[in-house]
This record gives sequence, C-alpha cells and structure tokens, in this order.
Amino acid sequence: MSEQRTRPTTNVDDPILRAENLRKRFGGIVAVDGASFEVERGSITGLIGPNGAGKSTTFNLITGVYRPDGGSVVFDGGDVTGHSPERIANQGLVRTFQIARELPEMTVLENMMLGPQNQLGESIWRSVTPVVRNEVIQEEKQLRERAWETLELFEIDHLAEEYASSLSGGQRKLLELARALLTDPDMLLLDEPMAGVNPSLEKKLLERIHDLQDEGYSFLLVEHDMDVIMNHCERVIVMHQGELLAEGLPAEIQGDEAVIEAYLGGDV
Amino acid sequence: MGVVTLKERFSDTTAQEVFGGILVLGIVVLLLDLLRLVATGELSPGRLGSLLWYGIVDSLYIGLAAIGLSMTYSILRFANFSHGDLVTTGAFGGWTVAYLIGGIGAADFGSRLLLDADGGARAGDLGMDILASPVAIVLGLFAAAAITILVALAIDRLVYKKLRDAGGITLLIASVGVALALRYIIAIFYTQDSRGIVASSPRVGPVNLHEATLVVSAVTLIVGVHLLLQYTKLGKSMRAMSDNKDLALVTGIPTERVIFLTWVIGSGLAGVAGYLIVLDRSQITINLGWFLLLLIFAAVILGGIGSIYGALAGSLVIGITINLSLVWIPADLNEVAAFVIMILVLIFKPDGLFGGVETA
Amino acid sequence: MSERTIDTDRWKGDLLLLAKIVAATYVGFASLGLVTGVPINEVAGFLVTVTFFAASFALVTLALNLHWGYTGLFNIGVAGFMAIGVYTMAVLTASPDASPAGLGLPIPVGVVAGVLVAALVGAVIALPALRVRSDYFAIITLGFSEIVRLSITSGTLREIEVGDRVYGTGGGSGIGYTPVDSVIPWLFDRPGIGLLGDLLYGIGGLVGITTSIINRLLYALVIIAFVVAVYALLQRLAYSPFGRVLKAIREDEVAARSLGKNTKYAKIKVFALGCGLMGLAGILWMGSRSLVTPESFMPVVTFYIFVALIVGGSGSNTGSIVGGFVFAAFLWEGPRFLRTIARANLDTRSPPTIYDAALELAAFDVMPLVGYFIGSLDEFRWILIGVALVLLMVYRPEGLLGDRKEIAAATDLSQRQGGESDE
Ligand SMILES: Nc1ncnc2c1ncn2[C@@H]1O[C@H](COP(=O)(O)OP(=O)(O)OP(=O)(O)O)[C@@H](O)[C@H]1O
Ligand SMILES: [Mg+2]
Repeated sequence: MSEQRTRPTTNVDDPILRAENLRKRFGGIVAVDGASFEVERGSITGLIGPNGAGKSTTFNLITGVYRPDGGSVVFDGGDVTGHSPERIANQGLVRTFQIARELPEMTVLENMMLGPQNQLGESIWRSVTPVVRNEVIQEEKQLRERAWETLELFEIDHLAEEYASSLSGGQRKLLELARALLTDPDMLLLDEPMAGVNPSLEKKLLERIHDLQDEGYSFLLVEHDMDVIMNHCERVIVMHQGELLAEGLPAEIQGDEAVIEAYLGGDV
Repeated sequence: MGVVTLKERFSDTTAQEVFGGILVLGIVVLLLDLLRLVATGELSPGRLGSLLWYGIVDSLYIGLAAIGLSMTYSILRFANFSHGDLVTTGAFGGWTVAYLIGGIGAADFGSRLLLDADGGARAGDLGMDILASPVAIVLGLFAAAAITILVALAIDRLVYKKLRDAGGITLLIASVGVALALRYIIAIFYTQDSRGIVASSPRVGPVNLHEATLVVSAVTLIVGVHLLLQYTKLGKSMRAMSDNKDLALVTGIPTERVIFLTWVIGSGLAGVAGYLIVLDRSQITINLGWFLLLLIFAAVILGGIGSIYGALAGSLVIGITINLSLVWIPADLNEVAAFVIMILVLIFKPDGLFGGVETA
Repeated sequence: MSERTIDTDRWKGDLLLLAKIVAATYVGFASLGLVTGVPINEVAGFLVTVTFFAASFALVTLALNLHWGYTGLFNIGVAGFMAIGVYTMAVLTASPDASPAGLGLPIPVGVVAGVLVAALVGAVIALPALRVRSDYFAIITLGFSEIVRLSITSGTLREIEVGDRVYGTGGGSGIGYTPVDSVIPWLFDRPGIGLLGDLLYGIGGLVGITTSIINRLLYALVIIAFVVAVYALLQRLAYSPFGRVLKAIREDEVAARSLGKNTKYAKIKVFALGCGLMGLAGILWMGSRSLVTPESFMPVVTFYIFVALIVGGSGSNTGSIVGGFVFAAFLWEGPRFLRTIARANLDTRSPPTIYDAALELAAFDVMPLVGYFIGSLDEFRWILIGVALVLLMVYRPEGLLGDRKEIAAATDLSQRQGGESDE
C-alpha cells in the first residue's frame, strides 16, 4: 500500500535535512512507518497531518530523542541516525517540543543561559580555578547580554527573573523558542510553536522566523493552523498514519485529494 | 563515525540481549558445575536437595512480602521503604497475641505482653510450638494480618494520603521516615534485644512442623490472592490500576477504594510473612523486616515491578539464589550475590527477567 | 561599574545567617546546661561534640546536595561511599605490624587515596547506573552500599595473607589505625606551635575545661576548615555554567540534551566528585576513632544525611551546612544533652520494661515512666528523625532555606552592561 503513495512532485535542490524510510513502533502502534522526505536549505518547510499522524515522533527520531527502528537521517551532508540528542544539537539541528520543556525550577534567564553551546564555564576546572574563572565571568556577561536581547525580542523580558514554572503555556513556548535560538543553530525543528501564543505576538513571531530565514536559518515547522502553513511555508510535507502522504508546494497540497481525504476521514 | 554508531547502538538496544545471553550462559555454566559437583560426590544429592528446599521456603515468605511491595509500587507509584517494617509489625503483633493466648497461667501478663522482653516468659516454658499451642499460634497468624493491616491503614491516613499527588521520590523519602518511626516505636515497647520466642519445632519423621506450617499457610495465601485477582471484580480493577492509574480514574474504578484494598492485602500478607519467619527461625528482632527489605525489593524487581506473579517468580529466584549460591560462595556473601543480580537486572533489564507488564 | 559578583555578596549574608543560628543554639544550650547545674566541662564537651558532628554532617550533606539537590541523582548509598573512603585510608595507614596489617603510609596519603578511591568507584558505578529511572537508581545505590558493607564484614575478606603478613578488612571487628585527629597532639609537639598548645591548655585549665576537650575542639576546627574549602569549591561550581547544566539535568534531562549539553559526562563527573567528598567526610568523621567497623556504615547513616539536607533545603549549599548543623544540634546530640540534664536533676531510675513503668503509673508514680523514656532515648531519637522526615515531606519539602532563588550563573544575571537594569 505504501508503495503507491503520492511521490514528491517537486525536487529539493540542496537538502539540509534528509529523512529516509524512518520507522518507529511503540508496542503495537507503528507511529512512523517508512517516512522519507527532504528539507531545502534555507527554507521554511511545513510538516502537517492529522492528530497522531506521527509528526512529533518524526521529530523525536530526527533529533535523537528516540532511536529509529529503521531508516536514516542525514543532516548537512552527515549521517546522524541514532546519534545522541546532544550530538545532533551541537551539529546545529535544534528542536522545540510540542509540550514545552522549560526547566521549571530555574528562572527564565537561567533557562536562556543554557542555550549557548560550548560555554567555557561548562568545564569544572575553569569554573572553580581562581584566575581562570574570570574568563568564565566575562563570557557570562556577554551571554547575559544576548539572553536579555532575545527575551526582549520575544517580549518576555518582564518575566526574566521568574521561575519558568510560573509562565503560561504560550510564554513557555516562547521561552523554549528563544532558548533554542541562543544555541546558534543552522536549522530549527519547531513543534507547534504558535500553540497558546496570542495572535499579535504570533504575527511578530512569524516575522521573526522570516528574518531568521533571511539570515540563512532553515525551519521545519509542525503547525495545525492551515493559514500559517499556506502563507508562510515554501514547501509542505503531509503525514498520515505514520506515512508520507504528500509533499509539495502549499498550493499543490491544498488541492491534493489524498490530503483532503485524510483530514476529513480522520474526524479532525 | 561508524565505530561510534556501533558503540551507541550497543549500549542502548542490544545491551539487554547481551545481558540476557550472558545470564543464560552463566546459569548453564553453574548448572553444569552443579552436575559435576554431584557427579564427583563433592556435593551430596541430599545437601543439594536441602539447599533447594530452603530456597523454596525462603522464597515463600519473601514472596508473601513481595506481593504487597509490588502492589504498592504499581498502584501507589512509589518504592515503599517502610514495607519491611510492616513485616516486623506483623511479627511482633502476631506473636504478642499468640503469647497472650497461649501462655495464660505459665507466665506473667507483662512478660507475655512484651514477648519476653524481661526474660520472664521463656518460649519453652510457655510451650510455644505448633503442637503444644496450636490454637494460640493459628490465632496469632490471623492477628498478625489484622494488626499489620490496621497499622498500615493508619499510616496511610496519617502520611501517604496527604501525599497522593506527590512524586515518587517524595513518597519514598516519607516512607523512610515512616520506617524509622515505626521500627523504633516497636523498640520502645519490646526493646532492641534479639531473642528466641518460639520453642524448637516438633518433628513428625523428617518433617519440621513449623516449616510445614509456613509452607501450607504461605501457599494457601498465595493461591487465595491469585483467585482474588483473577476472578473478582475488585481484582480486575486492581490489575487495571496497576497498569494505568489515569486510565482507571477515567473509567470510573473507585481509586481510593482500590488503594484501601491494596493496603489491606499487601500489608496483611507482609504481616503474615513476618509472623511465619519468626515461627520458622524462632528469633525476633526489630530489624527483622528492614534486613529483609532489600531482598524483597530484589524479588519485586526481578519479577518486573507491578506484576504480582512476577514478584512470586522473582522471590523463587532470590530464595534459590541465596541458598544454592552457598555451594560456591561463603554464607556471609550469599546476599551479596542476590543484590548483584538485582542491580544487574535493574541496569540491563529494568522491566524484569520475565518481560514486564508495566506499560507506562 | 560596580558590578556585583554573586559569590562575594552571598558569602557575607550566608555567613552571618549561619553565625546567628550557631550562636543562638550554643548560647541556648549552654545557658540551659549551666542553669540546670551541668558542670562547665560537660557543657563545653557537649558543644564541642555538636561542633564536630555538625561539621562532619555538613560535609557529607554538601556532597549529597551536589548529587541530589543540584543534579537530581537520588543516591541513597552514601554510607557505602563513606565506607570505601575510610577503609581505603585505614588499610593504607594502619601499622604493618598490626592485625590486620596495613601499609603504614602517612595519614595524608591515606586521606587522599581514600577520597580518590571513593571517587573512582563512584565513577565506575555511575557509568551504567545513571541510565536508569531515579527510583531504580535509588535501589541500585542502596544495594551497592549494602554490598560494600556485607563484603567488608564477610569472613572472606577478613584476612588475606600476603607473604608473612595478614592484611584484610578484619571482618566485623574492623581495622585499627592511627586516628586522623592525632594531628593535633602531633602539631603541639612541634616547637613553635607547641607554645600555642600550652596557651590553649592553660586557658582551658583556668575555666575548668580539660585538654582532651580542647584537642577535640581543635580537630573539629580542622573539619570546619575542610567544610569551608568544600563549600567554596561547590559554590563556585553551583554559580557557573556547569552548575546550570546540573540543574537542567535535575529539571529535565531530555531538554538539556536537546540543547546540546552532554549530560552523561556531567553526571559521571559530578557523581564521582560527590562520592569522593563522601569518602572524605567519612574519613574525617571516623577521624576521632582508632578503629573502623562495618557497623558504622549501616544504610540508616545515609538517611541522617537526607534529613540534614532536606531540613536545610536541598539545592542550596548554604542550606546544606545549616541542615547539617541543625541535624547535629537538635536531632543528634540535643536529645543526649537533655538526658544529661534530666539525669543531673531527676531521679531517673529506669524500670526494666515499659510494662513495669505503666504499673507504677497506675500507682500514680510518673517518674518510672519518665525514667523509662529517658532510658529509651536512642529509640526516641530515631522516632524523632523519622517523624521529622515525614513532616518535612508533607509540610515543607523545600526545607528551611528552600524558597531562596539561587541563580546558577557566574555573574548577576539581572544586571546589564549599560546599567539599564529593569526596575
Ligand atoms: N512514547 C510513546 N509511546 C507509545 N506510543 C506513542 C509514543 N509517542 C507517540 N506514540 C503514538 O504514536 C502515534 C503518533 O504520535 P505523534 O505524537 O507522533 O503524533 P502527532 O502527529 O505529533 O500528533 P499531534 O498532532 O496530536 O501532535 C500516536 O498514535 C501516539 O499515540
Ligand atoms: Mg505532535
């Protein structure tokens, strides 16, 4: 059955991410069943599908949170299949979670300060050795500056010194995105980043994503809001029941029989 | 790069299989060695038989206690470190009743009430064996269950009920506090002295009657629990809850009632286990259950936390291990063997030797 | 500009807080003792004992705080790592002619080696064990500490013949060695420092305090010096990006990993470091004795430390020290002091059983029951510790200093470069 699926109609010239035949089962459920797709470098690509289609699981497989039962992931020309999440993140592929994973008993600023990679002070001896520690403090001051700027950008700087656990759902999603940006990624995988975020901020957020795209970032975006997908994504990937249902330009997807069928059939 | 991938694969997916393989290999080697020892006459079949028998006896009282620990682990979702002291509670409570009934006229009330704490009620003088005081000992058995259940329910009301929504670690720490308080409250009454309180077991031919009582009582209770879980509505809802508490809440199984019954069954069995251990070994001490606790945990973990049948199978493994291991290692290291197995299983096969039922 | 650095600011405030708590406690106990007629030497002895235990507990509590408070590693095998440290030191420093024999190395070598071996064993345990759930990790560490204790008790390791000497753990009767606190008399045998010793002993003699108490006080000060050093180390660690990673592991390890943090190595390092400190604490704690036996490392020792940590507020180094002190003063030594007072002032003969006491109560004589309870003080202390643990978990899981926000960063995050700090 999966053999006769709609094949991609457009080609990706310069893929930054390629997933091939990804497969994952949980007990009796096959959450992802042979999904293959590519994401164009520098694009904003949408990943859509009805609830339970396997989108979040696909993210987990790509970013090493789960180990795929089969298939491969290639990021920026290198095979990252089955690598640990930290290794993948350090290569510049960073994700956010559908249910935001803020660090509750840490302040918003502390959360932010975790973003930057390879901080000097992440080594024990640099942190504790008297003179060397000054370098750490200097770096902390620089990072602190970036953290504040990013918080201002996302308009949550007034919450900077609150515990992350006291934030609303939408604010947590913003925090998570802001924190992910501080890692200096090449590509961001965002799992429903707009969920719970108020409409005016959502607009700004989308603008910000476009700005970042102009700076060369690539995005893979899971989103249920079709307007966002149709208006902001260059390409769209559709999943259904763990399989790739369709792939193409937003306009093509909009008219795709199989896609409409999937969304109507599976009572969403 | 390929090397790293291979290494990571190894440490995550196949480590379990490798461990399983090594385990099976180890068991086969030990069995072959056992055969060799028997064949060369270094180990007499009689001694092998009695080691196995002791293994089964040990596994029965460990199993009784393990059922309750496994139930609280899966239904209340925490490792209950006070479970061992429920075993102790049953031992002291049950034997107090047995002394009060069986020793009338033979010793002072006070000495009997405190289980010979002052040396005024010797087990031999009171005739504390199953032939001389059968009624007292059987009633003591029931009292052990009843007293432990009451204590456990009181503790639940005072402590655990206030922590229903707390995390597993919070509950675990609270249970350590409960364990200490309970144990030393017992010590204030009965003193910390270890003492023999059961007369030596009468025998009929080769049969040690106290051991036989232990085996018959334990097997009866285990079969009873099996019937309860398998054939009653209550048992089914308990199994549902041990699989998934949230689901059970949604589908309308009355959780507090199930929790109540968990304590009743779990602590009742633990109390009986304590009582029977003393019947078999004669010695009683306030550390009885605490020293047993880690072995009980080992049994529960080996069987896969949450599975009652697993806990029983795990108890059999632990019972046999601590006895049969004496063929190869000195007696004061046999528990080390059991703990090593427990740790290896936790690391490499955390859902138990037999698969595991917990789905979370 | 006048950039505040967090460490120095906190330092002073925390020191003051600690000093207040300690002073209030000492004045309270001392006046209680003196008013009720306890001799000054005994009062001083009690306060020195409190100081000794407070410093020892504070040291282990700091180590446990690194594991559990910061990183969320639920280690309930503390006693085992302490045992490894102490036994390593004992085997290395015991006299070669003793039985069991030791290597006769100098004490500092033994101390360093004890710490290193404990850390090493911690790292080895950590490698596989840190992958499992926290409640499983708890059982693994407890199982490990019991394996350690049962092994050193076992007859198998009791005597190991090498050449014509018999080494080994000595089984249940333990290993004799030169106590660490012998450094004090040793120091006073040196020419210059000896004068200081004479001076201190002289002052002690004037107010009626014996030299042995003065020696114990000085040894307690040695442990306090270690506490200060370890505290400084751990504060720097806590207020750094590394400390931030540790907290992130505690809060949500998957999130930390998804941000590119290598949590595995951080956990192994921190576990080994904490285990080493536990070994050190064990060595210093046992340092006033000349014999170490397995009984000192019952699993329950671990739970003292947990009580101390939770009392102070897990996740705070200052809280750990406060907790260690409060535990030592009020739960550990306090009840004994009250017993001393009671014995000095009351007729506290203790009937053999509580039943006899109750019988006399029926004859309206309360004293036998009081006497019995005073005689059962050890049991009461345990009950107190258990009840304290339960009450803390139910009513104040965050401990005494738990509501403080201790921000894991090497600099004050709320200050900004341009001084345009919000509000
Ligand atoms: N850890 C897990 N264990 C068991 N089943 C899982 C797990 N994670 C996901 N699943 C199952 O896999 C399927 C795919 O889930 P996934 O979360 O990937 O869907 P999704 O497309 O992200 O849906 P949604 O739009 O609701 O977020 C679902 O049936 C889900 O129940
Ligand atoms: Mg999803």
